[in-house]
Amino acid sequence: MANGKDIRIEYRNVAKQFTSNNGVDGAESIIRAVENVDLSIADGEVVSIIGPSGCGKSTLLNMGAGLYLPSSGEVFVDQEKVDAPNQHVGFMLQKDLLLAWRTIQKNVEFGLEIQGIPPNERQERSMDLLEKCRLTGFENHYPHQLSGGMRQRAALARTLAVDPKVLLLDEPFSALDAQTKMILQQDLAETLSTEKKTALFITHDLVESVALSDRVFVMSARPGTIIEEIDVNLPDRANPMARRQDSQKQIGEYVAQLMRLLHVGETAAEIEI
Amino acid sequence: MTDKNTATRNSVWASLGLFVVFLAGWEWGPGLLDIPPYIIPTASSVYFEFIRAVGSEQLFYHSWITFAETAIGFILGTILGMVIGYILGISARAEFILSPYILALQIAPKVAFAPLFVLWFGYTIYPKILVAVLIVFFPIMVNVLGAIRTVDQDLINLARTFSASRWQIFRMIEFRDALPPLFSGLRIASTLAVIGVVVGEMVGGNLGLGFLLVFGEGAGNTALVFVTIIMLTVVGILAYGSVVLLEKKVLHYIPKKDYAPV
Ligand SMILES: Nc1ncnc2c1ncn2[C@@H]1O[C@H](COP(=O)(O)OP(=O)(O)OP(=O)(O)O)[C@@H](O)[C@H]1O
Ligand SMILES: [Mg+2]
Repeated sequence: MANGKDIRIEYRNVAKQFTSNNGVDGAESIIRAVENVDLSIADGEVVSIIGPSGCGKSTLLNMGAGLYLPSSGEVFVDQEKVDAPNQHVGFMLQKDLLLAWRTIQKNVEFGLEIQGIPPNERQERSMDLLEKCRLTGFENHYPHQLSGGMRQRAALARTLAVDPKVLLLDEPFSALDAQTKMILQQDLAETLSTEKKTALFITHDLVESVALSDRVFVMSARPGTIIEEIDVNLPDRANPMARRQDSQKQIGEYVAQLMRLLHVGETAAEIEI
Repeated sequence: MTDKNTATRNSVWASLGLFVVFLAGWEWGPGLLDIPPYIIPTASSVYFEFIRAVGSEQLFYHSWITFAETAIGFILGTILGMVIGYILGISARAEFILSPYILALQIAPKVAFAPLFVLWFGYTIYPKILVAVLIVFFPIMVNVLGAIRTVDQDLINLARTFSASRWQIFRMIEFRDALPPLFSGLRIASTLAVIGVVVGEMVGGNLGLGFLLVFGEGAGNTALVFVTIIMLTVVGILAYGSVVLLEKKVLHYIPKKDYAPV
């Protein structure tokens, strides 16, 4: 799928281990979080990762952002080896991480300020993004004055403000109610497509993964590795609402396949015994 | 809305009423219970003693000295506590090296240093300021240190994904995030500073309300001791009130319900 110069993110045989102290006795144990991860994502693609809790999805994303280094293997963003946080990637988490002491506009400008962009240019970009994220009129509000959905939109605006080529999204909508979630999915999908961004998207919501992406990677339980790669051959990636409506049946089939791969049914059965 | 307003107004009246009852009890209670004035002087005699002390004991001058020493000691102690707190918060190594000494100093009762400081600096204002600095330092340092330690790691990682420098992370996140706990430390420290200064003044010198306390005691002037205690309370309220005002300005972004009760 992804080849040659157009590859935006690439994981080459990546593994990550953590050493953790076992509480009282202080004995150290090694946690093998992820192993043998190979994946590459082409320019403009939106790719989801799903997998059981604790299988190392966030760990993969953190390595993509340069927050941790892999224990072995390499991560490339834009053909460049990632060995520190860099300006190619934007990062968004389940927590909005808005700074309580900054207004919404100043929060959106946070990354620009760090990068030393002059104030008038910062303001121009933040006002533009606030409008795109439908937050005009809230620029001088403080985070606690906004609803969860609006806060997450502000977080998206902050991520987009630094104009990253690659977006790394770690369950960005999982704390939202079902309706707000669908609206934000729609906003995100439209933005990713009009701005031609590449995105790696972690979610636990199987329908969300099918509705938003070109491809879905399925990970095994820890030590996490990629056990399956599924191409989502459905129209309207930029319009998940339409995709949900027009391809209901196919989405259902994809979800059923993902459930089989994740052994969702079996685990439930085991719990019943 | 109006319900709430009437409720507040009623509470204010109840509070004022209680004050009147208290004053009346103070004025006539000791007489009724046969308590001599050198144990509890009546409200009116304390009032007249206040007028006399303003004229012939330089009451306001002594109050001003105490207030100034408190303010200087408080500010210096705060700066020192913040600097050390931030340094220890950022550098685990520095904390490891210094923490046993700091813990020992924290356990030692700070006012016990007052005579020592008087020996060192004589009957000047410096020993008093120094006791205040020492006593203010700990709550500030402990609160700042704790706050820096508990800054959300995800916030720091967010700044790192924007390639923030160490100094930017400190200035834009850690410093700001530590402000609310810093202010709870400042509230405590503002009242402690007055205690430090007064003990210093009681130990040596002829200036400040602490000196007036000892002087009143020596002269068997119970009313003067009462007057001085009241003035000390006023100094304390001024110090605490300034902190609360500053806090309202600096932490204006925090929703009202999160304010600690005054
Ligand atoms: N900094 C760390 N130190 C030690 N262990 C860690 C660290 N970060 C992650 N781990 C461990 O690595 C494993 C993978 O964690 P990770 O957060 O990547 O999982 P995840 O797939 O994102 O889970 P979830 O779906 O619940 O978010 C977990 O067992 C976790 O305990
Ligand atoms: Mg995770």
